[in-house]
Amino acid sequence: MQKDDDRLTSRGEEFLQVFKKGAEFTQDLLRENERLRYRLLELERAPGPGGEAPTHEVKRLSERIANLEAEKQEILDRIRQVEEENQDFAARYLEIEDENNNLANLYIASYQLHSTLDFREVLQIITEIIINLIGAEEFAILLLDEKSDELQAVATEGVEREQIPVVRLGKGVIGLVAQSGENHFVSDVDDYQRDFLSPMVCIPLKIKEHVIGVLAIYKLLVQKKEFAPVDYELFTLLAGHAATAIFSSRLYSDSERKLSTIQGFIDLLTK
Amino acid sequence: MSEYNVLIVEDSPTMRQLIAFALKRIRGVRIVEANDGVDGLKKLSAERFDLILTDINMPIMDGLKLVSLVRNDANYRSIPIVVITTEGAQEDRERALALGANDYITKPIQPTKILEVAKGLLRIV
Repeated sequence: MQKDDDRLTSRGEEFLQVFKKGAEFTQDLLRENERLRYRLLELERAPGPGGEAPTHEVKRLSERIANLEAEKQEILDRIRQVEEENQDFAARYLEIEDENNNLANLYIASYQLHSTLDFREVLQIITEIIINLIGAEEFAILLLDEKSDELQAVATEGVEREQIPVVRLGKGVIGLVAQSGENHFVSDVDDYQRDFLSPMVCIPLKIKEHVIGVLAIYKLLVQKKEFAPVDYELFTLLAGHAATAIFSSRLYSDSERKLSTIQGFIDLLTK
Repeated sequence: MSEYNVLIVEDSPTMRQLIAFALKRIRGVRIVEANDGVDGLKKLSAERFDLILTDINMPIMDGLKLVSLVRNDANYRSIPIVVITTEGAQEDRERALALGANDYITKPIQPTKILEVAKGLLRIV
């Protein structure tokens, strides 16, 4: 009997033991279940790869993208604007460069014209300016004799001086230019045929409104196809400065000659 | 001390002044002027030059003769030469280049053209 009781007790304890383990296992299962449910909730909230983000996050990111797109467009517009400004600056730079070169030409021409009081040197400088700065191959400088009202060549380039006819004031293109003081340019340089009485360009050499002579151009250098804007400015400069230089050098030569004559008389008288 | 020594051989003071004006835009340039070929050779023997610009039509010794003499002298033959002249014809260009000129500029002179050619021969970027 005692044996049966002991066996029963032992079986009861075993059962309790198993039940206890079952209870512990059930507890573990419940904990694991709770942990997994929590994890699932986390995963649902977080945007995984290919997963969908929460609405507020999508909205925030969309706004951010829109802002960045707007900023990008603004930067692109600014770059385009800067590029356009750069092109403007480059074009302006070239214009200024041209202006600078033209001013240099004018300055050098003016400087050289007034660098001497020798009549022959002045004519030589005018010739150099016409060849080197304007690009003429055949031309003549004619001066007006106010006593006879005739224009006569005093310097030529590319043609003999004898080939240039003496022109009466008011006669033909040369005479009319000298009379009126107005420039003459043929309408088409290419079609021009050389005529010593009718040059392709005729510029009066004037001191204010007083004409002392003319510059007559008959042919341009082979490589010079047409007149550039600076050429017209050079012509204007020549019209005034060359005339002044010629007039001054003539006056100086005359006074030098007179001085020499007077000095000769004084020497004779004082010997 | 100047970085580039340039010799201008030209009988016209107007042209010398115009060429010098164009070349003075090169930083560190020093310009020496000569009136003709003989004067140019004298200046060449006195110092080292990096570039010669010469006119063709000059009294005493013309530019083509100068080019020929420079190219046949071991001391100067490496100096680049630019010929400046009124002659626009192809045969004049070929004549100058055949004698050893490196480049050729025709009148009327454009300062930008002088600067461009000079910078190229002086290898200035």
